[in-house]
Amino acid sequence: MSKEILDSDDINRAIRRMAHEIIEKNKGVSNLCLVGIQKGGVTLAERLASQIEAIEGGKIRVGKLDITLYRDDLNTKVEQPVVKRTEIPCTIDDKTVILVDDVLFTGRSIRAAMDALIDFGRPAYIQLAVLIDRGHRELPIRADYAGKNIPTSFKDRVEVTLKEDTDKDKVVLISDK
Amino acid sequence: MIKSKHLLGIKDLTSEEIYHILDTAAGFRDVLHRDIKKVPPLRGKTVVSLFFEPSTRTKTSFALAAKRLSADFVNFSVSTSSVLKGETIKDTALTIQSLGADFVVIRHSAAGVPHFLSNILEMSVINAGDGANEHPTQALLDLFTIKTHKKNIKDLTVAIIGDIAHSRVAKSNIYALTKLGANVRLICPPTLMPAEVGKLGVEVFHSIDAGIKKADVIMTLRLQLERQSKGFLPSLEEYFKLYGLTSERLKLAKSNAIVMHPGPMNRGVEIESAVADGPQSVILEQVTNGLAVRMAVLYLLAGVRK
Repeated sequence: MSKEILDSDDINRAIRRMAHEIIEKNKGVSNLCLVGIQKGGVTLAERLASQIEAIEGGKIRVGKLDITLYRDDLNTKVEQPVVKRTEIPCTIDDKTVILVDDVLFTGRSIRAAMDALIDFGRPAYIQLAVLIDRGHRELPIRADYAGKNIPTSFKDRVEVTLKEDTDKDKVVLISDK
Repeated sequence: MIKSKHLLGIKDLTSEEIYHILDTAAGFRDVLHRDIKKVPPLRGKTVVSLFFEPSTRTKTSFALAAKRLSADFVNFSVSTSSVLKGETIKDTALTIQSLGADFVVIRHSAAGVPHFLSNILEMSVINAGDGANEHPTQALLDLFTIKTHKKNIKDLTVAIIGDIAHSRVAKSNIYALTKLGANVRLICPPTLMPAEVGKLGVEVFHSIDAGIKKADVIMTLRLQLERQSKGFLPSLEEYFKLYGLTSERLKLAKSNAIVMHPGPMNRGVEIESAVADGPQSVILEQVTNGLAVRMAVLYLLAGVRK
């Protein structure tokens, strides 16, 4: 069974609210760098950045981070996952880096992302922004900014598609039932 | 996506597998440009090199590739080992396996040794050159370099100049390039052309000027001086005169053609210094790309579980 839980307007409102929260919490954007986690977080990071720019002016740096090589399940997977590109556009030393991902689930990707990021330098802060927090954390990790909290069962799947990558914005909850 | 846990030759790979390795290498190239040039995916794995022929660059490249993936790398030194005491290759390889290695990177003067070992070993076997047969990682890094400059490999015209008969680099590149749809031209003296060349799907030239005309890529090969005692060539000077890549000749190729060489170079024999150091040369880039490609190969083979 699959159900659309967010449409384009919902997603835009959530991104706009997160943009405001990021600006407020960090008292401006001067020291900010957004890093999207491959693959779902990259487009979201770009959208979040242009929203922040629209509110505050200026230019926000956006990077992309592939966490494949830092995953904790490489030894148990049947096949090696595809390695994607990592592009960090500036030094992250002493910056506030906001990791951006589409869905926060077990927290394991975020653990890997923090390890990957720290190989690039020593940020002053790492914060986490996600469009959907679906619960079921397996590690002590939480989001600083969440677009929407969605109760799910562990076996459900949450799919976020954005119009830059496909034809339209939507978030779909897929369950076995 | 990669079906075998061994990399024995390009011949056994599909074009999808080749592209998958090249795409993966692009991700690893990013790692090489960072301050911390090390990533964790092969933690706890061990790579052993077993080289029965001299090699500095390939071995160093594999060693660095392994270390940058956080694997342990050990060189099994043949010149000081039990091999000299009469141990067979099979026993040496089984010994390395019993020491707990996950990969053996092997180079041997006899074609087929890696294939033979792959049938008796549990660990992954990577061919780093077997006789005049294949040198798959060299071809992969050459493809990667070409792809970086030319985007598509299909329909490119690639001229390979030199001692084709003795060259495993040429062999692997011919298999790879024809698989991906490039037009391959071989340029060399008749004495250095392999007998079975008709079956390879390539064009043969004995004149360099005709062969490199309008080429997109020119690959010069090292003239293997150690194999030239059998009278294939009158002299090195004559070879340079007839087959050396000079800046004058390079003008016959496309103006954006790239010049490649697998190293080590004999300057003034197969390539003029002005070309080797010139703007169209991508020779040093090949070396860097070799690291990324070998990292990709180790990473991908580590994931094949049978």
